[in-house]
Amino acid sequence: MSTREVGEGKFSIKKFFVYVVLVGGSLVSLFPFYYMFIMATRLNREINSVPPPFTPGTNLVENFQKVTDNIDFFGAMWNSLFVSASITFGTLFLCSLAGYAFAKLEFKGKNIFFGLILVTMMVPPQLGLIPQYYIITELNWLNDFRAIIVPGLINAFGIFWMRQYINEGVPYEIVEAAKIDGCSNFRIYWNVVVPMILPAFATLGIIVFMHVWNDFLWPLVVLRDPAVHTLQVALRALNDSRQMDYGMIMSGTFWATVPLIFVFLMFNRLFIQSLSEGAVK
Amino acid sequence: MKKTKKNNRLTDKKRTAVAAYLFISPFFILFAIFGLFPMLFSFYLSFFRWDGLDPMTFNGLNNFRFIFSDPIFYSSIKNTFLIGLLGTLPQILVSMVIAFALNSTLIRFRNVFRTLIFLPYITSIVAVAIIFGLVFNNQPFGFANYILSLFDVGPIRWGAEYWPVKFAIATMVFWRWVGYNTIIFLAGMQSIPRELYEAAKIDGATIMQQLRLITLPMLKPIVMFVVFTATIGSLQLFTEPLIFLGRGFREEGITVVAYLWRDAFVYNTFGTASAAAIVLFVIIISLTALNLGISSLIGRTKKSKVS
Repeated sequence: MSTREVGEGKFSIKKFFVYVVLVGGSLVSLFPFYYMFIMATRLNREINSVPPPFTPGTNLVENFQKVTDNIDFFGAMWNSLFVSASITFGTLFLCSLAGYAFAKLEFKGKNIFFGLILVTMMVPPQLGLIPQYYIITELNWLNDFRAIIVPGLINAFGIFWMRQYINEGVPYEIVEAAKIDGCSNFRIYWNVVVPMILPAFATLGIIVFMHVWNDFLWPLVVLRDPAVHTLQVALRALNDSRQMDYGMIMSGTFWATVPLIFVFLMFNRLFIQSLSEGAVK
Repeated sequence: MKKTKKNNRLTDKKRTAVAAYLFISPFFILFAIFGLFPMLFSFYLSFFRWDGLDPMTFNGLNNFRFIFSDPIFYSSIKNTFLIGLLGTLPQILVSMVIAFALNSTLIRFRNVFRTLIFLPYITSIVAVAIIFGLVFNNQPFGFANYILSLFDVGPIRWGAEYWPVKFAIATMVFWRWVGYNTIIFLAGMQSIPRELYEAAKIDGATIMQQLRLITLPMLKPIVMFVVFTATIGSLQLFTEPLIFLGRGFREEGITVVAYLWRDAFVYNTFGTASAAAIVLFVIIISLTALNLGISSLIGRTKKSKVS
């Protein structure tokens, strides 16, 4: 586009200022990642010296070996993956099903039910933390992934999001046509609606997956046994271990962060788009 | 279910309604068990003494009396607000400036900048707290202390002193969330019609005038959204102080959620923890009401201006 809002001409003070802001912001964003990488490649005694190192060292592999000696890193990663994937698929299914009902089906009290769902978004999750823990112990779900997955399927925002998308993205005529052909409501959902809302699955799925992957407080409360630790809880255990080996701690943090960065860079645009859509809506 | 020709419109309608209730029921069932019931039970539990194992015993208002006579509880409320303010206010201003720069049509590599600035948000809070825990290490080798030493400022005990603790935690919050808010502001700015700017330019408006008279007023709902989510988010601060200070926390850095978590899962006093949760709930609800009030007020003045 040729219109300009900030400054004009090839070189200007304003343009310079814009670049200063952006380059400065990017450097501040990147520095902690670089710092983490450096420390992950250094021995503890190098990190403890003054001045601290600012270039990568040679102990990347050694530090990671220490990590796996202290925590079950790959086990924790698998746990995180399993929990995040289960909640993501479950949420997508339940939210789109409810969103479809709110968008295309007629039933009594529709607006009241939808209003109730929006109200639940206002409730701070910490309020019920202790009774939730109590319920989990009563169900005997302590140290069980169900403790994370089942409550994790509650997602008011997801239902809201799916309703909006189905309202706009699925024409009424198609649903009506399928009905006349004798499809049941669930068949319409499964065979007609789902194929039309795959992009919404991708965007909502990314948001949900990231939230679950990074979630900490609830897994910390209900997953006590190291065998069921998710990555975040395991990292905390690593950070709390007796020997304060910063090289090892940073190595664990680094390798826990790298996969997410790759996923992010792969779906970069979709990711940013979905988050901003979620807010603007 | 087989559909037969005999079904008339009425039963068809009924069947649709039944299907709809079925489709929305999982949310309500799960919410009743894991959302509503725990919420109500929190109120109940706040009047009882319970260690998580033995039977609960009625304790009247003693739990509330206990936390309100505990100086650390007051500290936790104060810390939560101070850290929240330190972490979010600069964050909102900075992210607005960055969003404005990103929205400029002059720049190249817009997507690269956007990606880099957004990157911190995908990092887990645990990872952020671990990294910044080393940056703000008490010892001279910590990055912050090393930089300060270049200016002959002695090593600061970031993890133990009143303001340094808050500054360190606020920095973690700031770093992780600036990119997210930038993206939100940017989306808001991009939804402003370009014609407005063009009309303003024809009328001879300067850039500052455009910013003041077009960008900011049009962004108002987005700003409200960002302020609201940032406020609620900072009231729920927990992970950063836990990782940075350890499970004992410290009076300088304990937050309300940290206080109630420690009461419940370190000291096993679930009653006082529930009482603290109730207090937090009251604070959040009041702030939400305040926020809704303000935004409806702003919305009204805006409408009256337009008409």
